[in-house]
Amino acid sequence: MSKNPEFVKFDKVDKSYDGKILVVKDLQLDIAEGEFITMLGPSGSGKTTCLMMLAGFETPTHGEILLDGNIISNIPPHKRGIGMVFQNYALFPHMTVYENLAFPLRVRKVEKDEIDKKVDKALSMVSLSGFETRMPAQLSGGQQQRVAVARALVFDPAVVLMDEPLGALDKNLRESMQYEIKHIHESIGVTVVYVTHDQSEALTMSNRIAVFNDGKVQQLSNPAELYEKPVNSFVAEFIGENNTFNGEVVDIDKDKCKVKLANSEILANPISVKSKGEKTTVSLRPERALINPTDKMDNMFTGKIEEVIYHGDHTRVRLNLLGSSEFILKVPNSTSNLELKVSQDINIGWNSTDARALDPK
Amino acid sequence: MSSETKQILTTDGIPLEVSLKKAEKKNKIKAFLLVAPLLLFLVITYIFPIGDMFMRSVDDRMVTNMLPKTFKAMEKWENLDELPPEEVYRGFYEDYKLLAENQQHGKLGQRLNKEKNGFNTITKKLFRQIKRKKIDESASLKEQINKLHKRWRDVEYWQAIKRTAPPYTASKYLKGMDMYFAADGSIAQVDEDRRIHRILWLRTLEIAFFVTLFCFFMGYPIAHLLATLPMKYSNLLMICVLLPFWTSLLVRTASWMILLQQQGIVNDFFVMTGLVADDNRPEMMYNKVGTYVAMTQILLPFMVLPLYSVMKTISPSLMRAGKSLGGTPFVAFWKVYFPLTIPGIGAGCLLVFILAIGYYITPALVGGASGTLISNQIAFHMKTTLDWSFASAMGLMLLTGVLVIYWIYNKLVGVDNIKLG
Repeated sequence: MSKNPEFVKFDKVDKSYDGKILVVKDLQLDIAEGEFITMLGPSGSGKTTCLMMLAGFETPTHGEILLDGNIISNIPPHKRGIGMVFQNYALFPHMTVYENLAFPLRVRKVEKDEIDKKVDKALSMVSLSGFETRMPAQLSGGQQQRVAVARALVFDPAVVLMDEPLGALDKNLRESMQYEIKHIHESIGVTVVYVTHDQSEALTMSNRIAVFNDGKVQQLSNPAELYEKPVNSFVAEFIGENNTFNGEVVDIDKDKCKVKLANSEILANPISVKSKGEKTTVSLRPERALINPTDKMDNMFTGKIEEVIYHGDHTRVRLNLLGSSEFILKVPNSTSNLELKVSQDINIGWNSTDARALDPK
Repeated sequence: MSSETKQILTTDGIPLEVSLKKAEKKNKIKAFLLVAPLLLFLVITYIFPIGDMFMRSVDDRMVTNMLPKTFKAMEKWENLDELPPEEVYRGFYEDYKLLAENQQHGKLGQRLNKEKNGFNTITKKLFRQIKRKKIDESASLKEQINKLHKRWRDVEYWQAIKRTAPPYTASKYLKGMDMYFAADGSIAQVDEDRRIHRILWLRTLEIAFFVTLFCFFMGYPIAHLLATLPMKYSNLLMICVLLPFWTSLLVRTASWMILLQQQGIVNDFFVMTGLVADDNRPEMMYNKVGTYVAMTQILLPFMVLPLYSVMKTISPSLMRAGKSLGGTPFVAFWKVYFPLTIPGIGAGCLLVFILAIGYYITPALVGGASGTLISNQIAFHMKTTLDWSFASAMGLMLLTGVLVIYWIYNKLVGVDNIKLG
C-alpha cells in the first residue's frame, strides 16, 4: 500500500479574522496518509484555526488546502467527508448513542442493516457495546468521549480531526484515553490531525508533532527529535522542562562552541549560532545534568542547593548554579538515593552535546 | 434495609429522623413565613375571586328565596303536563303577596320573564289584583288566578317557575354555548341566527392559533439571530425586541390604529407605491386583519424570550458536528438544532396562545365587529348588560379552556419540557 505523503497539504495558507492580524502565517504543512499528526501550541497560536480551515468551518484568507490532491477550500464542510471530534464532544443530547452514531450514516443514505453493523463495530472499537440506547447525559465524561470518537470514525472518513478532545477529562482517564485513541489509530490506519496544548499528550500519541507559535510552525518532527533536538528556544521551552543560560558566543567550532555567561563560560552544541559575538540561549534538559558524574564530562560546575521538592518517582532539586538560582535537576528516586539537603554544595556535570545553543530569547 | 436505617440513633440516643426533623423545623417555619405573604396575596387576589366568580355563575337562589311556599307545594305536583294543584296556586299567591308588600315583586317578574317571555305582564296583573284586594283568599285561588290571564292557564308558565326552583343552575354555562334548558328540562340549541357565542369562541381560538403561528414564524429567526450574534449586536437587538414591552399596551394599540386606518401610513404607502388605487384603500382595521397585526406585534416578545433562552444554551459546535458528519445545513438544522429548541417553542407557543385567548384591549380597539374575541363579550356583559353571572360563567369557561389546553400540551409535549428562561 503506497501511502500518499501529501495526503493533506496546506499550501502557503494565511488566515486573518479581522484583516489586521494574521493568525496563521504562510503555513506550509504536508500530512501523510495514515499519519497521526499533532498540532501543538499555546492558546492563540493558530492551531485550532488550522483545524477549522481543514474541517471547512473557516476559509483560508490566502492559499489552498488540498485533500488527496484536490483543492477543498471551496467545498462546504458536509461534503468534505472529514470526521471531527470536538472539544466538548458535541454529542447530540436528544439522540441515543445509537442515533448519534447512525447520524452520519443516515445522512449518507446507508442501508439500515449496514448502519447497524457499522454502529456495532464502531461501538465495540471503543469498548462501549451495549450502550446503544443510552442518552449522552447518562454517560460519564470518558464514555461520552469514546462515543464522540466512534461517531467521527463510523462513516470511514479519510481524515479525522480532533480538537483538544481530552481537555475535559481528569488526569488518569486522559492518559488511558490517549493510549486508546493511539491504538484505534494504529488498528484502522486513519489519518488523524490532533490539536492540543498538552505536550505530554502530543508526545505520547503522535507520529509527528507540529509545534505552533505565533501563527507559524516552529518545528515539525517526531516526538523524540522534538524533545531531544529542539531547533529553537521556543520549542525547547514549550516541550518538556528546560534549563537556560543566556550568553554570548566567544568561540565556535564545528560541533562545539564556547558561550560566555555573566561570570563564567560553558561549552555548548551550536545549533542556531553561526559566528562569534552572537547572543544565544543555551538549553539543557534537567535529566541530562548529573550529580557527581563518574564519567568525564566537559562541563563541570559546583552549585548550591536552594530547594528540594519530593515528587514521588523523582526529586526535583533547584540549584544556584552559574549565577542563576533557577537551575533544575531531576533526581530519580532509586535505592542509592543521595542525601540532598538545602544549602549543600554539589558537583554538577553535563556533556556539551546536550547543551544546545539556540536563538536568544 | 429501610428498617435498619430507621434504627439509627444519634449519640444522645434520639432516633436520627426525629433529630433531623427537629433540626430542620426552624428552617421550615422560616421558609413558610417567607412565602406566607405571597400565599396570602394569591388566596385573596386569585383563589378567592375565582371561587366567588364560580358561585356567582351558578347562583340562582333569588327565586328560590322569593317563592319558598310555592316550591314546597310544587313537591306535590306530580303530573307536570297538567296545571298544578290548588296548593301550588295558594303557595304562589302567598309568596307573591309578601313580595308585593315588600316592593320586591318587580324583581321576580323580571327574573321570571328571562325564564319565559310574558311573565312580566301576568305578574303585574296579579299585583294589581292583590293591591285592589280583589282576590278572595277563602275561595279557590286556582280558579281566580287562571281567570286573570290565559297564560296562567298555560302549563308551560308553571313549568318555568318550577325550573327556577333549584338554588344552583348551569343555565349560564349553556347560554355561553348558545344552548338553554327547554321546557321539559332537556338541553336545546338556540336558533341558528342567534348563535353568537359559539362564533365568538371559535373566532377566539382561530385568532389565538394564528397569532401564535405568526409569532412563531417571526420570532424563531429573531431568537436565533439574538442567540448567535456577538454580544454587542445582540444586546441592541434585544432592546429592540423588548422596547415594545416597555411601552404601554394602549399606546401601542393606538399607534397601530394610526398606522392601519384607511387614511393611515400603511395605506398611504401602498397608494404611493401604486399597489392599490387611492379610492380602493383596503380596510386593515376594525376587522380581523387589524387584530392579527396588532396582537402579533404585541405578543411577539413572549415568543422570542423563551426561544432565545433555550437557543442560548445550544452549543454552536452541535451544528458544526452535524455538518462535519455529512449533514447539509438544512439537515443539521432540522435534525439537530430544531429538536433542541422544542422546549422553547412549547413555552413560547403556550404563553402566546394563552395570552391571546384572553386578550381584550387590542381586539376591542382595532378589532371592530369581526375582530373581537370572547373577552370583549365578557366585558360587554360586565359593563353594559350587567349580567355578571353570565360574565362569570364565560370567564370560567375561558379559564377551563386554558386549563384543558395546558393539559393537552402536557400530554403531548410534557410540561417538564417547557423552558421559560
